[in-house]
Amino acid sequence: MSELLNEFTFFVLAVFVGIEVISKVPTILHTPLMSGTNAIHGIILVGAIVIAAGANSPVSVTLGLVAVILATTNVVGGFVVTDRMLEMFKGRQTTKASAPK
Amino acid sequence: MTQFGAVAYLVAAVLFILGLKQLSSPKGARNGNFTAAAGMVIALGATLPLLHFTTAGVIIIAIGVVIGAVIGTFGARMVKMTAIPQMVALFNGVGGGAAALVAVAELLSFGPHPAFAEAVPSVFSIVIGSVSFAGSMVAFAKLQELVTGTPITYPGQQVVNGLITAAILGFVIAVLAIASIPFSFVSLMVLALVLGVAFVLPIGGADMPVVISLLNAFTGLAVAASGFTLNNFALIVAGTLVGASGSLLTKLMSDAMGRSLGNVLFGAFGQARTGTAAAGKEGRSVRPGTAEDLATLLAYSRRVIIVPGYGLAVAQAQHAARELAELLEKRGVEVSYAIHPVAGRMPGHMNVLLAEANVPYEQLKEMDEINDEFKNADVALIVGANDVVNPAARTSPGSPIYGMPILNADQAHNIVFMKRSMRPGFAGIDNDLMYDSKTIMFFGDAKDSLTKLVNAVKAA
Repeated sequence: MSELLNEFTFFVLAVFVGIEVISKVPTILHTPLMSGTNAIHGIILVGAIVIAAGANSPVSVTLGLVAVILATTNVVGGFVVTDRMLEMFKGRQTTKASAPK
Repeated sequence: MTQFGAVAYLVAAVLFILGLKQLSSPKGARNGNFTAAAGMVIALGATLPLLHFTTAGVIIIAIGVVIGAVIGTFGARMVKMTAIPQMVALFNGVGGGAAALVAVAELLSFGPHPAFAEAVPSVFSIVIGSVSFAGSMVAFAKLQELVTGTPITYPGQQVVNGLITAAILGFVIAVLAIASIPFSFVSLMVLALVLGVAFVLPIGGADMPVVISLLNAFTGLAVAASGFTLNNFALIVAGTLVGASGSLLTKLMSDAMGRSLGNVLFGAFGQARTGTAAAGKEGRSVRPGTAEDLATLLAYSRRVIIVPGYGLAVAQAQHAARELAELLEKRGVEVSYAIHPVAGRMPGHMNVLLAEANVPYEQLKEMDEINDEFKNADVALIVGANDVVNPAARTSPGSPIYGMPILNADQAHNIVFMKRSMRPGFAGIDNDLMYDSKTIMFFGDAKDSLTKLVNAVKAA
């Protein structure tokens, strides 16, 4: 039971951190941010690997394989597509102060 | 869990948090993505030594990772910038699907009477993960225009959805209180998939970003629940971070549309369209203009504000827009872009597209920053936008977009409305601005029209 309590503590703290950390995001970064968080939940790959590692029956092999494929797609696709978006903002902030008017 | 593993998970969690923080400022955003990716690599690396592998296990992990990496890289590299929202939906959906499958595999291994503390998060993960998977696929199909973007409704829909939800609750109770047998939790998964489809079908295409953001948060929570089942802190922390930040982002997005989340999800937005669109159309005329007229108008203005919308994105006209802006600036015209929070199909989407076309960052103005400047602008050049400049949001309480903050394009001295046709926008409602006496319509594909304007300005 104490392990469950530990886990719950982590959960509650992570809720506050998650809200706090992104509360000041400018609108222009909403799409990259959504995409970035999308990649982070690809951590389910850890879970998929855990269940796939011990696979020893046709059912568990199938489940494990599909879960690993889906989770890897999530992680890799998520990070790559986020990077593609952010690449475009590169070197674009240098003259920000000189806005007309 | 070994001490080494625990420390590595802690490092990974810290990197995720730092990554998110960096992602929220324009300067550090790209590094933030790398930081988070580094956290992912550490979490994965720390997990492998903790496991006992069967031969089959090693093989399927190797094959699965290769296939997933190829699909992920290929998909992310090939996708056009305009199609980003549906790509995010797709990547989100597969994550939810993976979470559901992990939970199914765990329940299978627990036997018929699992401990309550493990069965509850598993069941949660199956339901939420499956809803996220199926819902994301429908969102993808709507944005990709594989199915119609208009809300799909039928009589008794609420009742049917209610019945599906009730059946899901029934199976949840069966799994938890009676016996956790494959029939029960597979039925649970199937019903949750059906619910995911049923839940997203009645939501209009314009609202898909909000839905994707919500489903993104759902997947995060499903992953966190898997963490509880597997007693894995990395999953709990990372999943919860996404669940929490995703929920906040969802709220910010519906706020930007001036609507409550409940209204977005259950309002069957766009239903009012036939009524509103048909009414009051007849007898009003619009004023079309030629490229030459417009070029003269633009070239002799002092201040032009471009209002880009999704039409510009679809036509890939961002480069032509920049070219026009540069030409005008050379003639001494002050040009800026007014970016509505939901321009494009996701908050920030339009900025990404314009950045791709090398539009200078300082010309991109957010709504609050520029709304007071429209009254000093000689021309508001609306390119493929519609709902975000529709005065009905201010004036007609019956309109589905009533209350949404809009750009004050109607206050400019002249309005140039570039549109493919008179068809209403994504929200499916008529726009009075097109009939305004200050408005000149310029019909055609956004890219062709802008190119014509560029040539005409060169000649002017």
